[in-house]
Amino acid sequence: MSIDSNMLVMIGLTVISAATPLVFAAIGELVTEKSGVLNLGVEGMMLAGAVSGFAVAHVSGSALLGVLAGIFAGMLLALIFAFLTLNLRSSQVATGLALTIFGVGLSALMGQPLIGIAYEGLPDYHIPVLADLPVIGPLLFQHNLLVYGSIALVLAVSLFLKYTRPGLILRAVGDSPGSAHALGYPVIRVRYLATLFGGACAGLAGCYLSMAYAPMWVENMSAGRGWIALALVVFATWQPGRLLFGAYLFGGITILQLHAQAIGINVPSQLMSMLPYIATIVVLVIISRDRGRIRKNAPASIGQAFHPTK
Amino acid sequence: MSIQLESTATPLVAMRGISKAYPGCLANDAVDLTLHEGQIHALLGENGAGKSTLVKILYGLLQADAGSIEWQGKPVQINSPAQARKLGIALVFQHFSLFDSLSVLENIALGMAVPANRKLESKIIEVSTRYGLPLDPDRQVYTLSVGERQRIEIVRCLLQSPKLLIMDEPTSVLTPQEVDDLFVTLRRLRDEGVAILYISHKLNEIKSLCSEATILRGGQRVATAVPDEESTQSLAALMMGDEIVVPTREARQPGDTVMLQLKAVSYATSEQHGVPLNDINLSLRAGEIVGIAGVAGNGQDEFMQVISGEVRLSDGNGLRLHGVPAGTISPSERRKLGLCCVPEERLGHAAVPGMSLADNAFLTAHHRSGLISGGMLSTGKTRRFTEQVINQFNVQCNGTASLAASLSGGNLQKFIVGREIEQQPSVFVVSQPTWGVDAGAAAAIHKSLQAMANAGTAVLVVSQDLDELMLISDRIAALCAGRLSDVYATHSVSIQDLGLLMGGAVIDSSNAGVSDLAGGLDSGTSTSDSAGAGDASA
Repeated sequence: MSIDSNMLVMIGLTVISAATPLVFAAIGELVTEKSGVLNLGVEGMMLAGAVSGFAVAHVSGSALLGVLAGIFAGMLLALIFAFLTLNLRSSQVATGLALTIFGVGLSALMGQPLIGIAYEGLPDYHIPVLADLPVIGPLLFQHNLLVYGSIALVLAVSLFLKYTRPGLILRAVGDSPGSAHALGYPVIRVRYLATLFGGACAGLAGCYLSMAYAPMWVENMSAGRGWIALALVVFATWQPGRLLFGAYLFGGITILQLHAQAIGINVPSQLMSMLPYIATIVVLVIISRDRGRIRKNAPASIGQAFHPTK
Repeated sequence: MSIQLESTATPLVAMRGISKAYPGCLANDAVDLTLHEGQIHALLGENGAGKSTLVKILYGLLQADAGSIEWQGKPVQINSPAQARKLGIALVFQHFSLFDSLSVLENIALGMAVPANRKLESKIIEVSTRYGLPLDPDRQVYTLSVGERQRIEIVRCLLQSPKLLIMDEPTSVLTPQEVDDLFVTLRRLRDEGVAILYISHKLNEIKSLCSEATILRGGQRVATAVPDEESTQSLAALMMGDEIVVPTREARQPGDTVMLQLKAVSYATSEQHGVPLNDINLSLRAGEIVGIAGVAGNGQDEFMQVISGEVRLSDGNGLRLHGVPAGTISPSERRKLGLCCVPEERLGHAAVPGMSLADNAFLTAHHRSGLISGGMLSTGKTRRFTEQVINQFNVQCNGTASLAASLSGGNLQKFIVGREIEQQPSVFVVSQPTWGVDAGAAAAIHKSLQAMANAGTAVLVVSQDLDELMLISDRIAALCAGRLSDVYATHSVSIQDLGLLMGGAVIDSSNAGVSDLAGGLDSGTSTSDSAGAGDASA
């Protein structure tokens, strides 16, 4: 019995740790996309965050400084993207792809001296009393702060978009930048802020990878999670609640293949890693059948440059 | 007397010597405009005359290159719409500044810089009922019709209790009753001391509503007139620069052949807020223009979809084109049978915004005008066809390669209508042919519709503009909540009767004038209908 519950707890813990970086990266991208900006550079920003966070934490010995450095690195890349697409009006798709390639290369270069260095990882925070509960305690209440932070962030973003005035303005800009401009809202500034927020979240997701998930630096360690995060935003039809569910589902799928192998069920790993994308395509097909649902939540102006002319 | 007093008082706003240049065009050239409190002032001009530019400068969306603005006697610099709103300026946009995916409530909150809460919701309901502009605050904007969307804009402005209300062509989508209600509202606002700048090309409205009119042509102020002292013709002449030939009613003798027949068409839409069509019967004969009146959101979209073939019927006999069952075939197949349609929405439905005029012409005209040779699109023929449309319909553009999105609304409409007419359809169906189009272009479109009918084409016009329908249609009916009224001879119904039909009422048959003619026509219609039915059963 106790072996079974231990096993369950272990599976649960690995799912949570696999889902958390997806939650961060995807919620950031959701906010960016809600403003009408499609940033395909999530993977690159994650890697920049991962290498910067790890390096600063290693040198300074401070996990906090490391996390801040990771966030900063993600924002820095997002800033480049924002300048190119919002000020110079370059294509968002091409610029985002370039940003990913840039991030992969830059992080590999910066990470050269860090390979093989061990890091103790972020400390877990045990919530008093609750952490001592059997099964639930270790599963839910003994995590590092980033895990709690990711859940809180999704909640905050959800409330922000739905109930606050800046959230309404953000959605308005994503829906029709021309109308927002006509009413006097600063379209470019809103999009800058949303893009930077997306960068910060991607950087944070990277930090989680290099400082908690697998506390070390390995080249290209995000391993396609940035792309899964992008798919996740569509999968969730731009709704934070569904995004959280999707992140745990996708995280669960990626981690279950390992456990499946451990207990001898042989599912080809390639098949499992395809699943998030297949699920996204299926969801896209389903929601596309109902124009209303797409139009209600999808930012109508996504990917389009905004010219404040005339 | 009171006008005398007002004009000596400090004006609410005085724009002096406003100039604004765009590359290659001087949109405003030293324009003066003075408005007093409690005055409804008209701003008249063709598309491209500089009205929108002037209004945008006043609303802080554009900065003038030269000139000054005084507000209540003090010079002001209006740098942003927020600042304009703070001064007390509200604007109903011509091209709606709405957000499709947001609710009515959220849209209004965004335009007013207030939170979207229950308090605002009750205020919206209060104002919208007081002014006869019904709105459901929780509806998503993309589910609303053009007319309903305009109500949002108007209510949004009224909620701000503005000192100056700018209205850009506000009545183009309202029923006569709604226009009357709006005018009552506007006059009440005027009496409360609000200044109203009223932009319209409907000269009758301006004559009945406005006490002063500033007329722009080619970016310059050509006159300031008192509309009451001018005739419609003289105002039009001031606006156009030369006398335009406004089309007049024509008496036509329609042929006997039924070109388009709808028989007991019902269609339950899957759109959340769509209007189901219910038992629609209509016979359209060669050489006549039939007008379909109705307030937006009464099934016009579905009606157009059913006719164009975007929505197929389950029974091919429900829609017949010169007797051929066509209810189940595609739009292209219907086009081959001679049915050409112009949908209401120009960009994105009637034309692809990011494609050239030539490509857009090819998209609908490739079969009827033979623009394909050997399975490939013939660029030469397409270009010549496009040039023909541009020349015939006087479309202002930079040649066949200009993007559809780069044309002004009126010019694009001329192009789209022209593209279909040049295909020489036998049945021509058009929705809102002159929505947002200036008087000159509207006259040109009306004339070409009349010419088509004279040449034997069956023409069906779906419009909310009753003046238009009264002018060009031979027979007229109204759509209300997905049902089509009886069809009446246009000269037998008054515009008030039509308003009743649009509201779903049945015209009182004890009214001798109506009953005689309508009765005569009804029997005529039913004869042709039963003849059609006979064909169907045979």
